[in-house]
Amino acid sequence: MSTIQAALQSPPTGGLGLAKRIIPCLDVKDGRTVKGVNFVDLRDAGDPVELAWQYSQQGADELVFLDITATHERRKTMVELVKAVARQINIPFTIGGGINEIADADILLNAGADKISVNSAAVRNPELINELAMAFGKQFVVVAVDTKFIGDTNLVHLNGGRIATELETEKWIKEAEERGAGEILLTSMDHDGTKAGFDNFLLKKINDSISIPLIASGGAGSMQHFVDVFQKSNVDAALAASVFHYGEILIPSLKEELRKHTIEVRL
Amino acid sequence: MIGIVNYGAGNIFSLTAALDRQNIAYEMINSVDEFDKYERYIIPGVGHAGAAMKKLEESGMVEKIKATSKPVLGICVGMQLLTDFSEEGNAHLLGIAPLKTCHFSENIKLKIPHMGWNRVSSGFNDKLDNELFKDINEGSYFYFVHSYFIEFNPTFTIAFAEHGIKFSAALQKDNYYGVQFHPEKSGEAGEQLLKNFASLKLEGSL
Repeated sequence: MSTIQAALQSPPTGGLGLAKRIIPCLDVKDGRTVKGVNFVDLRDAGDPVELAWQYSQQGADELVFLDITATHERRKTMVELVKAVARQINIPFTIGGGINEIADADILLNAGADKISVNSAAVRNPELINELAMAFGKQFVVVAVDTKFIGDTNLVHLNGGRIATELETEKWIKEAEERGAGEILLTSMDHDGTKAGFDNFLLKKINDSISIPLIASGGAGSMQHFVDVFQKSNVDAALAASVFHYGEILIPSLKEELRKHTIEVRL
Repeated sequence: MIGIVNYGAGNIFSLTAALDRQNIAYEMINSVDEFDKYERYIIPGVGHAGAAMKKLEESGMVEKIKATSKPVLGICVGMQLLTDFSEEGNAHLLGIAPLKTCHFSENIKLKIPHMGWNRVSSGFNDKLDNELFKDINEGSYFYFVHSYFIEFNPTFTIAFAEHGIKFSAALQKDNYYGVQFHPEKSGEAGEQLLKNFASLKLEGSL
């Protein structure tokens, strides 16, 4: 009760009552999570469903599952996983990886996914964004963008950052918004894996130039990095993987810390 | 038993999963002749309000919905269908509550879609302790995803939220209820709301 009173009295930031979201990201291969996980009371650290449930209990606001399976069996395994997650957890989740056409998205949405994210496929065929938004509504369509600073510009990269394009990141994001993206997930490849903090400068620049929600990704290493990204760039959500999976940052503590800095979060 | 109006507007897997988790009994209503046998109804809905209304008309269930005195819960676009009119496709809707569904003004500097967890206030004026929000704390967060909203109305709004503008997070007109957020995705608060709806008193019962 006291926390509720505190919540009601705390000054709202941004959208008057709209909480900043904390999003753990799970890499999934052949129906199993790949990055190491060391939650103490997990029976099966490789089971995405159990992990998802744990995160929802800890207060994660949303989850992203990234399917990195390369085989033809991918779709079938993923659909079963999506159904199992939708059955058991009570927060929204996004599925990314390997969505190349409407049919891929349709099957995932019917299995209970709240959003789908497209990355390389959208760069190769931008019309895909329009088609997805038309078919399912823009709120279902997350466009994920991997960016790397080359020379003096941020350029879009494909295939997990391995392939450079000549597409300027800000320009591509604006195009994605115009084509019907409902949300942008921006990963800085320069910051990803460094644990040195998010790319707040770029995130602020992009956030100020679009009017759809922006999820920050890449670089989270400490709770202060989350405070910084929300305070400096005012993004709508922050995503991270290993700091959560390895238990280096616990979501309840992170949310307490954010609230101490008057950043509105759902407790 | 709850009947879910299955008129083809959006996926309902998450909704049925949430009902399953709460052990709330439900069935799909796939055709109009099955309508009467249920004691309460959920109208789900995702996507375009105008298109959803068209599909609802094609299902043949419009008159049944308008005539029922049993509890009805519209979710998201299903809630918007209860209003007179939506700016989305300039569509005429069920007209159960004399309200309008509007687009978040282009003048609002905040992000659209309104996406994420927003605090909902249900304890105001004489709306305190509406049965739908029983055992749900004032100021609880619910999960929203929408670009259109139903205007705030002192008579019909039973809970409100703000996103640049104060709007109806939940409304009630007699036996008709609507929620703009997704209770099936709103953690424990959402599950409680579904339980509350499932145990709302039926007309004529004590």
